[in-house]
Amino acid sequence: MARASLLFKSVLPFLIGLPLLFAFQAVVSDTYRLILISVGVNIILAVSLNVVNGFTGQFSLGHAGFMAVGAYTSAKITLALADVQFTFLPAAVSDQAVFALSLAAAMAAAALAGFLVGMPSLRLRGDYLAIVTLGFGEIIRSVIENMKALGQATGLSGLPPRTTLAWVGVGALATVVMARRLAVSTQGRALFAIREDEVAAEAMGVDTTGYKVRAFVISSAYAGLAGAFIAHAIMLSTPRMFTFVRSIEVVVMVVLGGLGSITGSVLSAIVLTLGLEALREFQAYRMVAYALLLIILMLVRPQGIFGTMELWDLPFLRRRFLRGLAKGGGDAGSKGAP
Amino acid sequence: MTEFLQHLVNGLSVGTIYALIALGYTMVYGVLKLINFAHGDVYMVGAFSGYYLSQVLGVRGPFDANPPGAGEVFMKATMVTMGAMMICGMLGYAIERFAYRPLRQRARLTSLITAIGVSFLLEYGFQLAPVIRSPIEFPPGPSPRLFPTLLERVPYDRVEAWTGVNMSNYDLYGLVIAFALMLALQYIVYRTRFGTAMRAVSFDSQVAGLMGIPVNRIITWTFILGSALAAAAGIISAVARPKIDPLFGLIPGLKAFVAAVLGGIGNVPGAMVGGLVLGLAEEYVAGYTDSSYRDAIAFTVLILVLLVRPAGLFGRVTVEKV
Repeated sequence: MARASLLFKSVLPFLIGLPLLFAFQAVVSDTYRLILISVGVNIILAVSLNVVNGFTGQFSLGHAGFMAVGAYTSAKITLALADVQFTFLPAAVSDQAVFALSLAAAMAAAALAGFLVGMPSLRLRGDYLAIVTLGFGEIIRSVIENMKALGQATGLSGLPPRTTLAWVGVGALATVVMARRLAVSTQGRALFAIREDEVAAEAMGVDTTGYKVRAFVISSAYAGLAGAFIAHAIMLSTPRMFTFVRSIEVVVMVVLGGLGSITGSVLSAIVLTLGLEALREFQAYRMVAYALLLIILMLVRPQGIFGTMELWDLPFLRRRFLRGLAKGGGDAGSKGAP
Repeated sequence: MTEFLQHLVNGLSVGTIYALIALGYTMVYGVLKLINFAHGDVYMVGAFSGYYLSQVLGVRGPFDANPPGAGEVFMKATMVTMGAMMICGMLGYAIERFAYRPLRQRARLTSLITAIGVSFLLEYGFQLAPVIRSPIEFPPGPSPRLFPTLLERVPYDRVEAWTGVNMSNYDLYGLVIAFALMLALQYIVYRTRFGTAMRAVSFDSQVAGLMGIPVNRIITWTFILGSALAAAAGIISAVARPKIDPLFGLIPGLKAFVAAVLGGIGNVPGAMVGGLVLGLAEEYVAGYTDSSYRDAIAFTVLILVLLVRPAGLFGRVTVEKV
């Protein structure tokens, strides 16, 4: 019974989400397509970074490096298999199958990179970790810039435009479901314990390095997914897309939404992406605005807008929800957020 | 052999820049336990204040129709350097006072995020289109600017004829000024009342406060000192490599941080040694192998240090207390 309900909780969002996404995709015009894709990609990035920076309380500044690994892996695969057709499938489905394969490879490669980076660096704490992950991000970029096979500074171009809204939507849903399932699991509890007090967690028998590395690997895998999506949306993959600035943008989203809050990350990814899109004419002020936002946020509300709470934990929403329950006399409240 | 000596000269001249910036990182880390992410950008501001000051002072290059005399060159170069150091000192004060001090009692991560914010504010604020048009254009905007020729470059032909090493007065002056500043700092930290107080704050700021040391004032002055050193580094490097832009502090800043960690963060002589070692390592590795990986070398060094000896060359190994 318990297992069935778990399966249900993981699958249900997709059952509801997929038809909605396809309907949405049919309605949305081409002008908004790229904007919505970048919203989705930013949701994936912010929520996955939140697993490390928010849940675990570590501070990674190298998310863009893992994006790059994912983007290049998938780009290489789709380019190599551009002319290959699975004979038993119709052409359109075959293309999607190749893309799915490349996404899986992107996640695997990014996870591997995350493991290799995480193993040595997660023994460090706080600000040291920040610098080391930043360093690794730059090393990854520097290696790509020097590899002939990856097109050096000009990157890989002419990728097939495979990223659709439905794909990104599924990716974002998967990331959110992953984060939520993680947060309510044993693994998640261990991560929270590490965030609250690493020394105490270790004293209680939590294998801190192991849990941190696992969180890091999961987070990098999803960063790789986001990288693959963005590369196949703009049909291009260059080292310049994955600089330190890109990592900081994601950090701003996570910090603004609240370190540890999934809904906070989702909301701030949506708001920041759309807001910056609306302010496109003032491109030059964009990074200045990010910087000021960070400083003011830290001075006024260092825990971010939501802190570690989720949207449904907010006092005013919670009250309304409970009142509704009392009126309806339902029993859904008994299982509510822990 | 010639190549070896050439790398030695280049490595030392880069290394002194790293060392000067690393000193600021290490002193601030010593008193606040904070990585001042914005420090590389203070270095950038230093170079730009030199640029603006020489515009205001009307520095004429050696190729001007009316070239300046030796006395005038010396006067103006000194004024530009001192002025840039003062401007950056004030900037360091402002950053500490308005961005870091309000957060001192909060979690360390909060200050780190703020530091990243300050760094981005400087980098991208300087990239905005000029608001002030006259007498000077400020902010400078994203395109690189040419730093004026404060001193004429005099290549040492005799050295080149003798050893084959290409060297100029820039390398020599850079080294001399950097070492003079480091010696002065060494004196301040180990021989003056202020230095003693600074070391006390770095050892345990709470107890230092109880002993009557004005902790806030010491921290402020530490920031001012570190920022002034970064400004001097900015001028030295901009004179030798005159192309400056708002992002040129980013990579040297990160590398100087690596140098500080290599020497043992919080340790003043360590930062100097770390900077020189890093400069030399980079120059030799890039010189004898593939130079396109130059920027990755520093980070590789950082990762190796953190794996093998996280306390750095001269750092004390600390035990985690609960």
